[in-house]
Amino acid sequence: MKLQELVDSLSLEVKTAPSNLTKEVTGGYVSDLLSDVIANSKKGNIWITLQTHQNIVAVATLKDLSGIILVNNRTPDAETLKKAEDEGLPILVSPLPAFELVGRLYTLGLRCQ
Amino acid sequence: MNAKKTIEGVFFLTGKDFANVGVASSELKAILEKMGIDHDIVRRAAIASFEAEMNVIIYTPAGMMRYKITPDHIKVIVEDIGPGIEDIELAMTEGYSTAPDYIREMGFGSGMGLPNIKKNTNELKISSKLGAGTTREFVINIKKE
Repeated sequence: MKLQELVDSLSLEVKTAPSNLTKEVTGGYVSDLLSDVIANSKKGNIWITLQTHQNIVAVATLKDLSGIILVNNRTPDAETLKKAEDEGLPILVSPLPAFELVGRLYTLGLRCQ
Repeated sequence: MNAKKTIEGVFFLTGKDFANVGVASSELKAILEKMGIDHDIVRRAAIASFEAEMNVIIYTPAGMMRYKITPDHIKVIVEDIGPGIEDIELAMTEGYSTAPDYIREMGFGSGMGLPNIKKNTNELKISSKLGAGTTREFVINIKKE
């Protein structure tokens, strides 16, 4: 599944790197602890979190994640947007809380893999 | 990749410099990728060096990361200038952390850093002296044993 399909299906707001929505999403991981994401997310995963600071971009880049979805309409910090744009990492925003969002991603066929 | 070559380098790390968390380990990761090293080994080296880098930036005033890549292994030494770890065994316990609340709110300080380094390396040595600093030295084998 491509990031663009997630954006369309879940009406996500695209904050950065719209040209990289062609990336393939291999699965998903949800966590707000950076070391947990570093330890357990897989390459190509979409990461669901409430963290908005710039270090999420470093973690996503390190793990070659396909993108980040911020929950509850959270606003990414200005430095986060700049870094994500530099790295070509799509940051998407959903109005849904994490539980609802992950449920819908699961229904779309994404798994923790 | 030139199998006979040894590559060495150093990165300097500044405490509380959250804008640059991951810069050193990303660069090391890029070097390893460019050398054509196996993806799984690059992933493990990137995780371990990222965690060590975060460790220095979160808890210490300054430090440095030295790396040496040989045909057999990747060796990384991450040193800092203090404050030192009082009980290394306790610090290695998953979930144990001395991070203050504002660090935890950023999603750091979950007590998984040092255990993550251990899980992804073939050798890990940590030595520390209170008031003087901590040295984390780890090795990731490139050649299959």
